[in-house]
Amino acid sequence: MLNNKDLLGIKELSVQEINLILDTAAGFKDVLGRDIKKVPALRGKTTVNLFFEPSTRTRTSFELAAKRLSTDVINFSVPTSSVVKGESLIDTALTVQALGADFIIIRHASSGVPHLLAKNLNASVINAGDGTNEHPTQALLDAFTIQEKKRKIAGLEIAIVGDIMHSRVAKSNIYCLTALGARVRLIGPPTLIPENLKAMGVSVFHNMEDGVKGVDVLIMLRIQMERQGKGFFPSTDEYSKNWGLTPERLCLAKEDVIVMHPGPMNRGIEIVSEIADGPKSVILEQVTNGIAVRMSVMYLLSGVKR
Amino acid sequence: MRIHIQNGRIIDPSQGLNTIGDILIEDGKIKEVRETIPPHTPLGKRGRRGGNSPDTRIIDARDMIVIPGLVDMHVHLREPGFEHKETIKTGTMAAVKGGFTTVCCMPNTFPVNDNASVTEFIKRKASQEGYCTVLPIGAITKGQKGEELAEIGTMRKEGCVAFSDDGQPVMNSLIMRRALEYSKAFNVPVISHSEDLSLSEGGVMNEGLLSVTLGLRGSPAEAEQIMIFRDIVLAELTGGKLHIAHVSTKGSVDVIRNAKKRGVHVTAETCPHYFSITEDAVKGYDTNAKVNPPLRTAQDVEAIKDGLRDGTIDVIATDHAPHHRDEKLREFDTAPSGISGLETAFSLSMRLVGSHILTFSQLIEKMALNPARILQIDKGTLGVGSDADVVIIDEKKEYTVESHKFISKGKNTPFNGWGLRGMPVITIYKGKVYEW
Repeated sequence: MLNNKDLLGIKELSVQEINLILDTAAGFKDVLGRDIKKVPALRGKTTVNLFFEPSTRTRTSFELAAKRLSTDVINFSVPTSSVVKGESLIDTALTVQALGADFIIIRHASSGVPHLLAKNLNASVINAGDGTNEHPTQALLDAFTIQEKKRKIAGLEIAIVGDIMHSRVAKSNIYCLTALGARVRLIGPPTLIPENLKAMGVSVFHNMEDGVKGVDVLIMLRIQMERQGKGFFPSTDEYSKNWGLTPERLCLAKEDVIVMHPGPMNRGIEIVSEIADGPKSVILEQVTNGIAVRMSVMYLLSGVKR
Repeated sequence: MRIHIQNGRIIDPSQGLNTIGDILIEDGKIKEVRETIPPHTPLGKRGRRGGNSPDTRIIDARDMIVIPGLVDMHVHLREPGFEHKETIKTGTMAAVKGGFTTVCCMPNTFPVNDNASVTEFIKRKASQEGYCTVLPIGAITKGQKGEELAEIGTMRKEGCVAFSDDGQPVMNSLIMRRALEYSKAFNVPVISHSEDLSLSEGGVMNEGLLSVTLGLRGSPAEAEQIMIFRDIVLAELTGGKLHIAHVSTKGSVDVIRNAKKRGVHVTAETCPHYFSITEDAVKGYDTNAKVNPPLRTAQDVEAIKDGLRDGTIDVIATDHAPHHRDEKLREFDTAPSGISGLETAFSLSMRLVGSHILTFSQLIEKMALNPARILQIDKGTLGVGSDADVVIIDEKKEYTVESHKFISKGKNTPFNGWGLRGMPVITIYKGKVYEW
């Protein structure tokens, strides 16, 4: 059983809850492999995708997950909505709830927005990425993928490479993977890895070669072009030379290393194409697993006693 | 009309008073302060003596503390321009409830108080609708843009008691230098909102592990300290009178302490929230805990208390910053900064007496006498002949903060639900009695 009606972040979950979500996701992955990929579990429920930031993969993944569970899905896209007419966030959310939403999947550029909605709504709020806080379903699908490939998470050496400071994916991954017993390393320029993150029980490497040495899993993060020119690093070219994943650097990792990326990728910047498309990459499997994990989350939230 | 306050513990640091005694108020002025004042027995119309005069109000202040009306040198009354947040009327009513009889309002209204006509408007409105003395603080620069000096001399004549671009720092060091120089001609303090905007870069809370884990942009303590240091060296260079607003960090206290040791003419204030709570109040994205400068760490809170204890920090001001409910009920990033502080400041500050950081008399220095001295106004005293601004405190009275009952339009406080002890029960302003 999950304890709360909402999924706000990994921070808010216990290890038991994380494992429950991952175990339940395995069942739904079987469903997705069948000829008929739909279950009637949540028939009659309504899901609203409330995305205040552009997103293709996450929104589509949630939409598919909701449809596979037989809920009705509405996509509330911001540019055509009343938000551009100056409606407040709370009013928008209350309106969506009044339309009968049972699940509100929210993505927003400001950290804490899912928490604000969760406090003010009866519907289940699922965080699909808030500011630089968390992206919990991404971390859950990453953990699911690692577990599937490695049969375990505890004791693994897992490196997350890139813009840790601004990455909600990195944050959720740090909470999730350390909770499940992995040893997490962060690799990147000092400007993108806040010093005080060490307090979370991770180790920090500013040199890519040192950091990659002996890892079981590499999670590459997208470098956002807009960070260039803000003083975080001088150019994407210099970033790539120092922290990009190349075949030479990949050789330093364990033989059976797997390479992950939450997408969308900047090929040739944080990861070269030979690796992204190569045998060690599980990037497309992450996408498939995302649907199963999101189905699991929605299914379990629907069973939470109010 | 006379008021005779009897048997209260009178604490007035301006006269070094801490004694049980009586106060007699006549025609809105303090007439007498003595151990015992005999019941007033005027010669009646027919020459008879005896008994209390019917036009003398007796206030029994036994077991109560009688202090001068508090002076808050840092409030936002929001009028003109933002009357949905607060007005001069509601703000001064809240002030009187909180024990304040003089408040100084910051110029970040709409239009900005950067010229004498806005100053005149505030003064006039306050005299018509205000419940206590309102002394405006004028902008240092036109439109608070930090580019050109505002008409400091003219605003001074109209009634501004200090100058500040509060809410915005004066980023240009040359303009700040000019302000500190030019203000000397009018003998007024320049109040610094100390924040290096290029370093704080849109930070919405204190920078640290918590800001990282909440995913909120942090503003480092250093953004405050750098500016305080800059303004202190500019005060040394120019000989101007500098007052540092809302000190919130340990480093800031150290910088100011050092400057005072060197003899720099600098004074400083902090606010109750900087010695009562830490950045932890932001957890759960509570926008009522969003304030600028941001709430800091436990270590900073201790340093602020040390600064109050050793005199580095001269003043406790509220930085009363009321906002409308709708404005706070939104994304943390875009919610406005500020705490509605007038109605909790005294009780929160009394905790410093309870924990032996300040004596009661020192508390009154910081909340009445020192701000009056910095602003050179004849307030914050029970001296004979001064305005009868008197507050009676029940130091044992316990209550729970209920923000929906605030008189201020701003219900935004992180202290809602707190149990506090000690509060003003009577506020007398120029002889007019307000009772709760």
